[in-house]
Parts: sequence; C-alpha cells; structure tokens
Amino acid sequence: MNSHARAAFGRVIGPALIAFAASTLSAQQVTSARIQSASEEPQNWLTYNGTYASQRYSLLRQIDVSNVKNLELKWVLPNQVSGAWQASPLVVDGIMYLTQRPNDVLAVDAKTGKVFWLYRYTNAGNQQVCCGANNRGVAILGDTLFMGTLDAHLVAIDARNGKPLWNIAVADSKLAYSITLAPLVVKDKVIVGVGGGEYGIRGFVAAFDPRSGRELWRFYTVPGPGEPGNASWSGDAWKSGGGSVWVTGSYDPQLNLTYWGVGNPGPDWNPAQRPGDNLYTDSVVALDPDTGALKWHYQFTPNDGYDYDSVQVPVLVDMNWRGAPAKLMLWANRNGFFYVLDRATGRFLSGTSFVKVNWASGFDENGRPQQTPPGPGQPTWPGNQGGTNWYSPSFSPRTELFYVSAWENYGSVFRRETAGFDPGRRFVGGGNQPLTPTPESPGIGIGRRGPINNWTDAVGNGAVLALDPRTGEVKWRFRQYDVTDSGILTTATDLLFTGGREGYFHALDARTGALLWKASLGAQIVNGPMTYTVDGVQYVAVISGNSLYAFALRN
Amino acid sequence: MNFTPRHLIAAGMTMLLGAAVAHLSAAQAQTADHPGQYDRADVEAGSRLYGAQCAGCHGVNGDQVVGVDLRRGTFKTAVSDDDLVRVLATGRPDTGMPAFAGFQPGEITAVIAFIRAGFDADGVKIGTPARGQALFTGKGGCATCHRVNGSGPHVASDLSDIGAIRSPAAMQRVLLDPTPNMVPANRTLQAVTRDGRTIRGRRLNEDTYTVQLLDDQERLVSLVKADLRSLEAVATSSMPSYRTSLTPDELADVIAYLLTLKGLR
Repeated sequence: MNSHARAAFGRVIGPALIAFAASTLSAQQVTSARIQSASEEPQNWLTYNGTYASQRYSLLRQIDVSNVKNLELKWVLPNQVSGAWQASPLVVDGIMYLTQRPNDVLAVDAKTGKVFWLYRYTNAGNQQVCCGANNRGVAILGDTLFMGTLDAHLVAIDARNGKPLWNIAVADSKLAYSITLAPLVVKDKVIVGVGGGEYGIRGFVAAFDPRSGRELWRFYTVPGPGEPGNASWSGDAWKSGGGSVWVTGSYDPQLNLTYWGVGNPGPDWNPAQRPGDNLYTDSVVALDPDTGALKWHYQFTPNDGYDYDSVQVPVLVDMNWRGAPAKLMLWANRNGFFYVLDRATGRFLSGTSFVKVNWASGFDENGRPQQTPPGPGQPTWPGNQGGTNWYSPSFSPRTELFYVSAWENYGSVFRRETAGFDPGRRFVGGGNQPLTPTPESPGIGIGRRGPINNWTDAVGNGAVLALDPRTGEVKWRFRQYDVTDSGILTTATDLLFTGGREGYFHALDARTGALLWKASLGAQIVNGPMTYTVDGVQYVAVISGNSLYAFALRN
Repeated sequence: MNFTPRHLIAAGMTMLLGAAVAHLSAAQAQTADHPGQYDRADVEAGSRLYGAQCAGCHGVNGDQVVGVDLRRGTFKTAVSDDDLVRVLATGRPDTGMPAFAGFQPGEITAVIAFIRAGFDADGVKIGTPARGQALFTGKGGCATCHRVNGSGPHVASDLSDIGAIRSPAAMQRVLLDPTPNMVPANRTLQAVTRDGRTIRGRRLNEDTYTVQLLDDQERLVSLVKADLRSLEAVATSSMPSYRTSLTPDELADVIAYLLTLKGLR
C-alpha cells in the first residue's frame, strides 16, 4: 500500500480496520516476555522445546487418557525433500513455522496444513556435515524467524511473507562449520551453536542482534591459550578440539543462565591424541546470556574416546531434592548415565546408569566418572550412538518422572588411529562397528535403513524409560523392537507421545507406560511430537518419514 | 571392525501381552584352533598392525627377511601358533627381530591371524565352483533346503545372491558351526496363537507389534504379537554342521560355488 492509498484508506474505513489489524499484529508479535511465559499460552509452541525449561510438557488437556483412542488424522504436510526430517515446529497463534531439509522454511496454517509461504535458502554448496543435511527448526522474536544453515549462516526471515531480512556468516563452511540446531532467543539476542565435531572445528556458542545480525558475544567451547580450561588440552590439540553445539539449549530467567550441551572432542575416537580432560567437550556450560561469560560447567565424559556428545537438551526442573526445594537440571547423557545437577552451581548431585555401561564404573565425590576403558577390540556399552542422543526428552511435573528414548543392549567396538588434521577435512581418529551377534550381521547406525528390519533386536532395542530423578530408578519401560530417535511430549492429562524408527506414533499413559493408542505412520519418526490448539481444537503434530501429520480428536 | 563370534549372543523372545522381554544367553565360544580359520575381524586388525609394526622389516608381502616368507607360512623355526606368540613376545635378538612386549594379547592374536590367513583379510581356502555345485546338490544336501535362482524349496534362506552379500569367511563359519553364526534375522520363529495354533516359519521382518514370516507351508504370514500366546526364536539352526561330513577341500569347493551366486539382475 503506497502512502497516497494509505491516506485515502485512513479517511474512509481506516480506523476500524487499523484497530483490527493492530490486534492481529500484536497477537503475532512474539516478545521475549511471551517466550519466557510460554507455559501460560499452551495453545502455542513458541520455542524449540516448548518452554525455556525444555520439559516438552504441555498444559493442554483436551486430549486425555480416556479419549486419546479417538484421535484421527486431520491433515498431512508432505515434505518435498527426502531424508530424515528432524525439525520441531513452532506454532504461533494458529500459524506453524517449520523447516525442511536442507534449509527451507514453511509457514503453514496449523488447522489445515495449507502453506502460506515457502522460503528456500540456497547453501554455498561447500558445506560438510557428518550426518545428513539436517535442520531442527526456527526461533521467533517479534515478527522475525531465525534459522541456522548448513553452510553456517544465520538468516532472519520475515514471518509474514518468508522474505529474508538479513543473512550473516556465523562461521566458515569451508572449514566444515555448520548449523543444524534451532536457534534460541533469549531476551534481545538470538543464540546459536555450530556443528562440525567430526571435522576438527573449534566449537562455540554465539549471540546475535536480532535486528542486524551483528555478533554480540561468542563463547568458545574449547578455550584458547591463557583462558581457563586450556590446560586440559596438550599442545595445539585445542585448535582442532571439536566441541560442537548442535542441539538447542535452555534458559533460566531467574538465574539468568542459559545452558548448552557440548559435543565430542576431536578426533572422535583417539583420546590418546589429545591427552587431558579436553574441556568443555562433552560438558554442559552455563552462560550469562547478556555477555556469554561462563558461570559454571560440568563435564560428563572427560577425554572422551567414544563420541559421547553431550548434545542432549538441558531439562530444567524445580523440585525437592533430599527434602529441600531445589533448582535442578536433569540430563540423560549419550554416555549412558542419567545425571541430576544443581543448575545454579553446576554441582553434581547424582549419576546413575540407565542402560548398560562399561566405560565407567561410577563417580568420585566430585562427580567425576571413574573410567574403565575397554581394551582394544573389546566392546563398549553404550555404543557409538549412545544410550540416548540429541532427541528431546520430557519431564512431567505431575508425575515427577523424566522420560527418555533409550537404546538398550547396544554396544560398539572402537578402533583408534592417529588422525592427521587438515582443516575442513574429516578428523575422527579411527572408527567403530556396532556389536553384532555374528560378523557380517547387519548392525544399527544413524537412521533407519529401510522397511525390513534385518538387524533385529539382537543388536539393540529401543525403549521409552520413565526415570525417577530422585533415585535414577526406571519406574516403567516401554520396549520397542527397533531403536528410536524420537523425542517425547507429555501433557497435563498424563499422556506421553513418542515415535520411533518403526514409524509407529504411540500414546502412552505417562504414569504406567501402558499403550493407549497408536498410529502406524510407516516411516521413521526422528523428531519430537508437539501439541497446540487452534480454534479450540487441540492438535498433536509429529513427523514420520517425509510427512508431517496433525492429529486431533474425532469431531 | 566386525565383532567376533566369541561374544555371540543367541536371542530368544517371549511375548507377554504385547510387551516383549528378551532372553539373552551366551552361546559357546568358537575358538580359532583350526589352521586357516581365523576370525575375520582379527585378520583385519592384524592387517593394520602388520602394516604399522611389521612391514618395515618384513615388507608388505612378508618376504623381505631372508629365509622367511610370512605370507606362505615359511618361518625359520616356528611351527605352531604358540611358537609365533613366543617369537612376537620375546623376539629373536640374534636375528634383529625385536620383542613386541607392548602388544596386547588380542593384538598378537590379530597379527598371527593375518599371517596365517596368508595376508588375505578373508583368509579362507576357495576351491572349484563346479565341484562345489555338485556337492551342493549331491553329497552336501544343501539343495534340499536352500533355493537358488528359482529352483529348490523356500525352507531355508534363498542363496541366489549369497556370493554378493557374504564373505568366504562368513560362509565357512556357518558351514562349520551353523547355529551361533546364523544371522539373527534368518532365525526360525515359532508362534503359538491364542487359540492354540502353532505357526513355524522363517523371519522376514519384525517390529514392536508385528512379525512377518514365510511359514513352513511356504505361505507369507503376518502376525500381530498381541494375538499370540508365545513367540520364540528356535535356538538351534536346522542346518547341520559340515565340520566332519565334508572334507576341508570339499568345504572350499562349496564356498567357491556359493561365491559365484551373485543374484539375478
């Protein structure tokens, strides 16, 4: 609308319409205050894991234990691109925003699945990623969406029309930096981390001005000379030390701390090549979101030789601990241990294995693992892909249980070799094979290979585990034949939604683990189900294979 | 690196009200006591160790030290594997052969496996395909269960493309010791339905809720686990061991024939 038309428009019917438009506009403006109070508007899903506490717990109550059997498919959005679809959608006032690989953004009517606009980002073409052209979603602030790209750019997109507003290089994709996580908006900053842990990057978390893309701070997950923690590396090993950050962090507004899980050290499988603890790889770091300053860290796997990235979602929970109210962080780690940390101080409170573990026997009084590395050629549990991995767990304040997708009875044999470092090239230092009952028997790896399971549960099985944070005890187990990379959603009606590689979308009773309903969607579910409400109808959305499915109760 | 049969697990399975419980039991280990039958993973590991530790003196073909041809099994004094272990552990100071005291036992095993396999990562003797085919249909009785290129029953797995998907070492292991070396996906399953019917067949596919079989009447059957009283993997392979019923040369012939089966395109 040009200025002349706007003037005429204003004189005639303007005021009423402008008032309407303004209310629509304000409804769509996602302020940081709104994200901070996201649980107060459960009809929306404003940030990657639902709220800053990352519990993936929804207060919506329309779908419950008694009526979940009446769920029916309302719409399907097919992806135009093949490959694992790991994205987690946002929903803001009836509009769904999600990404499809490699770096497309879609705005979708969350009620019908119809697409408003599609933004297609063109990568430089030189991007390198270990594990597929993945992207896990966007963040929103105001009317702007933010997406990290495979070639390590950060792009701001107009949420109304899908047009790019700015595009900045966060890191050099020629050196194999990439961004696959959904950014996290904290106050007036957009925070991202970089992938590339198999390429000898020097990882970091960085914050950007949402208006301009100007970088405001950067925290290196591998400290340089003179910085605290650098002594945990020997020689120049820090320069190619890895420490990727490829899963979205969490934020505690009261403590003003943002928490990020850090990936494996480089080279992945040859710890002898980088003596020392290799801080802050395989750690959680607590950062001041205003400055990027490190407030505390806890390292899960010092001098890791198994690729146990700590890129799990930090789940923030306020509950009693040993009889007193506590601010906790719950963390089921790829290394097979379930941790409870004090999220104000980083103090280790407990660590208990939730799957078979043989690389460590337990912890000393400071929470340092007592490592028992298996000898050459001997199997290590959990295997390379871990007891769990990047997919989001859930915590229900009602059941006070922590729910995680786990790989049980899954081990690997690691091979360790000296790796030469050539910037931008693979830097892994050996390899690994999943433990199989007989040589040449099919194993499991990243992603489901096809519709026929010829590896069987003899190489590992999936499970949803309900863990009691107070004891680490498994309160119930929902076993799956194949392994699962699905995130988990729980609701205030004690429902638990999850998927798995077999393509079943399951609704369980969060208190007992009993199966209440399932839909066979046919292809692997590798994202986290989420829920929202439009026009009084609660939907549950999940991606299976190349399609997003939205379910709601039968009318 | 592939895992070795020493750590073999045999999986059986019982289904209770749709919840699966796996019973895993360790099966008897296979030892590498047969000359020429070394674990492929060891041979591969040995290949790397040899390249890093041995090839500098012995050469990539193992024949650079006078009087020694490792690849062809010509040694100065050693005869048995135990002799080789001693030579590696203590060295031969009089000849310049150092002691590899830093080798782990598994590494010594691997190097010896590589040498004994004739520097062949597969390390398996391969005979004459035509003789093998005759054994397959005749003395060996393989064709009474296995189907090849459209001929034969469906009872056991179809071997039309086995030469494209299995190494000679894996074939040899199965021929000598079928039960522990069978790929888990090929196990025979026995299901009992709630109304008492027993269905036996070869597993084609399986997931949390269902299993797909080719039953012993050669029908494709899909079962819902919740409808079953029990579902178990038959622990013992119905395939016999050919350890004594075929000579080593005959085994080599059968393997040679199997290697020609690359599947129809």
